[in-house]
Amino acid sequence: MSLRSPLGKVLGLGAAKEGVEHWWSQRVSAVGVALLGLWFLISLVALGGLSYDAVLAWLGRPVNAALLVLLIVAVTYHSKLGVQVVLEDYVSSKAAKVACLVANQFIHIALAAIAIFAVLRAAFGIQA
Amino acid sequence: MAKFRLPPNSKIVAGKTYKAPPGAKDVRTFKIYRFDPESGENPRIDTYEVDMATCGPMVLDALIKIKNEIDSTLTFRRSCREGICGSCAMNIDGVNTLACTKALEDIKGDVKIYPLPHMPVIKDLVPDLTNFYAQYAAVKPWLQTRTPAPPDRERLQSKEDQEKIDRPAACILCACCSTSCPSYWWNGDRYLGPAALLAAYRWIIDSRDEATGERLDALEDPFRLYRCHTIMNCTEACPKDLNPARAIAEIKRMIAERRH
Repeated sequence: MSLRSPLGKVLGLGAAKEGVEHWWSQRVSAVGVALLGLWFLISLVALGGLSYDAVLAWLGRPVNAALLVLLIVAVTYHSKLGVQVVLEDYVSSKAAKVACLVANQFIHIALAAIAIFAVLRAAFGIQA
Repeated sequence: MAKFRLPPNSKIVAGKTYKAPPGAKDVRTFKIYRFDPESGENPRIDTYEVDMATCGPMVLDALIKIKNEIDSTLTFRRSCREGICGSCAMNIDGVNTLACTKALEDIKGDVKIYPLPHMPVIKDLVPDLTNFYAQYAAVKPWLQTRTPAPPDRERLQSKEDQEKIDRPAACILCACCSTSCPSYWWNGDRYLGPAALLAAYRWIIDSRDEATGERLDALEDPFRLYRCHTIMNCTEACPKDLNPARAIAEIKRMIAERRH
């Protein structure tokens, strides 16, 4: 039981003086995902019937490889921000929350690294 | 984790049924949440059959009739019975609203009445609003200035500027909005909630106030403000037709605007 006043509890540790960056980044990255996603969908349709080599050739073009890397960055960044909000909403125990937030960061960075590496390897035509 | 299930001592059990008096022709059934902290028992739903021939048109009329004539232990807050005090806010037919301005004819079937959601219940339909009021106090809902007041008159405000605060200032603090918000349910200890944020907005846009920046500073926090995910239950629930969701969006816009 706490004898702290209700106002004292509400004021807590004070305002974090941040949140706007997260809010803004989420919106900007959403615009990025929408534009790049549209390009990616159109490309997928166009690539539908082509052979493996033709798709590799398409990926080897600098514009396509660069846009695909940008799409990966935008999607993973946007997803990281979104999952963070979900975790903050629903995980209330402090220790679990910190662990989840760190894991969220690591997993998204790892996913981005793996996906970008895959694109670059294919784009540069390196065979396994 | 956020709690999605009620704790065992809050699970609702079946309650008593109070039959309509013999000879009643126009009978309406009310299912009302009952909880008595002194009994040590779980909350229950009591069923009251009310003769509508001798009952007023609003939900509050029925509640008062039940308390006067059927079961005097039924506990609820009420005062003005005209939608200006905010005392009789409760969850009626699944929506938070004021019992005094909710017409019975607008409800289909049985009338289900619960206290405002996800708040500690003091008794029956009376929630504990201590935290809610503290959140209101936390946004410093009063005029803050550095310029001394003119010695011979009040601080002036143009008609246009007054109109900006006209609607937000009409909030009656009934708590219908905040207790309809899932973000407030899960994080009500840190998220200020739509009512307190609407109050903050009312002072942020007041042309006479000189603490706008400090007010925005105090709100810039991932939990205090940014737990709002524009679900908009608040605006949907407001019995005064106010728009807390828009006020929150405006606060976010202003905090973003001052960065560039």
